[in-house]
Amino acid sequence: MKRRTLLAAATGASLGALPGCSAFAPAYGTGDLGVVVERAQGRLAVVNTTDRRLLGEIDGLGDLSHASVVYGRDGAQAYVFGRDGALTQVHLPQRRVLARVQQAGNSIGGAISQDGRLVAAQNYTPGGVRVFDARTLAPVADIPAVYTAADGSQQRSRVVGLADLPGQRFIFSLFDADQIWIADLSRPQEPQITRLTQVGRQPYDALVTPDGRYYVAGLFGQDGLALVDLWEPQPRVRRILDGYGRGEQPLPVYKMPHLRGWAVAGRELWLPAVGRHELLVVEGQRWKETARVPVAGQPVFAMARPDGRQVWVNFALPDYHQVQVIDTVSRRVLRTLQPGKAILHMEFTPRGEAVWISARDSGEVSIVDTASFETLARLAVPEPSGIFFTARAGRMGL
Amino acid sequence: MSGAAVKSLCVAVALIIPLAPAQAQAAPNGARQRELVHMVRQDCGSCHGMRLTGGLGPALDAQRLASWPLDALVATIQQGRPGTAMPGWSRFLSAEEAQWIARQLQQGFPQEAP
Repeated sequence: MKRRTLLAAATGASLGALPGCSAFAPAYGTGDLGVVVERAQGRLAVVNTTDRRLLGEIDGLGDLSHASVVYGRDGAQAYVFGRDGALTQVHLPQRRVLARVQQAGNSIGGAISQDGRLVAAQNYTPGGVRVFDARTLAPVADIPAVYTAADGSQQRSRVVGLADLPGQRFIFSLFDADQIWIADLSRPQEPQITRLTQVGRQPYDALVTPDGRYYVAGLFGQDGLALVDLWEPQPRVRRILDGYGRGEQPLPVYKMPHLRGWAVAGRELWLPAVGRHELLVVEGQRWKETARVPVAGQPVFAMARPDGRQVWVNFALPDYHQVQVIDTVSRRVLRTLQPGKAILHMEFTPRGEAVWISARDSGEVSIVDTASFETLARLAVPEPSGIFFTARAGRMGL
Repeated sequence: MSGAAVKSLCVAVALIIPLAPAQAQAAPNGARQRELVHMVRQDCGSCHGMRLTGGLGPALDAQRLASWPLDALVATIQQGRPGTAMPGWSRFLSAEEAQWIARQLQQGFPQEAP
């Protein structure tokens, strides 16, 4: 372990090209860096999106199934949330681990505060949110997701859909308790919690719109979504698209859709339906459904290209060898691509001229031009899952 | 899982099993077993965790599952659990394959070959 640390430090030092600079100062900026999660290896591949190449790896991160990453605002430091409850702070240019804490038994992701000083992890076991100092990973606050169950007992809910909000706040959903909580950490040691109850059955994931105004939680236990307007003086929950599948038998869902990585295109939101092979298009002022677009399978991610002109969709098995591209103006499927086996994630370059697509069972990341749909490059990465570029550092809700 | 829930599941199993088509297939061969291990670790893993330590779905460790009746496990795999996020996987698995998976889960699920 010690030797590995030394090696990593030596690699970092060799990057500091200017003599006299700190040994760890990167000789280049971080705006075109990113990571690809190698889920089974417990590693991150560090990539450069301009050169379209692998720069190296950061190892020793534990169980990275369903791992997600948020960025510090320097775009150099990233926080990796592992399934095994570990939170790891890594440095991309140096390709090394800066700090690591075992903060829970089972974790599902996290968020970073508006000012970049607090990192929050959302946990299944024990159910709740834990908040850490982003610089040191020292514990700051513990927010157990306690609720009163139907039998009157006190239980802890699994937490999903955690996102940052302006003003040192975090918002998240309690899957088992049908609640949405807003935690204000402007005094970090004394979080102030606002609890919204009876939001709808089993909120399973959520997104914050890019302006930080709306929080939209998908419901697994019923057709519909829970919407919170955070600009209201007393935020409350409104249900939208109630009963969108009325009268239809839902199809089996072999993988849960993800809402984070929002697809906000112009004034519309594009959302995966649950148990239906459709995307739901919602107009974002009155929050009414404006269209449905049939797609090739159960959508998992529906992601808008940064300009909003296209939405790219991947699918749950057995349809996960495909990616579909939808034109948001005509609302038609433009292309159906087959970029590999078991497509798990997609990430656009900062301004969206290309998209990186991970194909777990092909052991490959494809880089596809979003105008011509040509494959620009393929990178060999063992069992790749999530792809996270540093452009996320400056965006709310990512 | 509570005793009552196990009981109701067993009742459900008793109702479901006789309806399952009789299949005269043997246990899955080595190549298929590797596919099944991959499927459980990777695809079931999206809810249960790649190391089957749980997530949105419960942990699938041998300690927890050993006390389950085998048929109840097989039925859960094949038919899913209504009212939860667990779908039935019968379109991907024969009855023998589901039974093989259930047995492996009860014994401690194998790792994927490197």
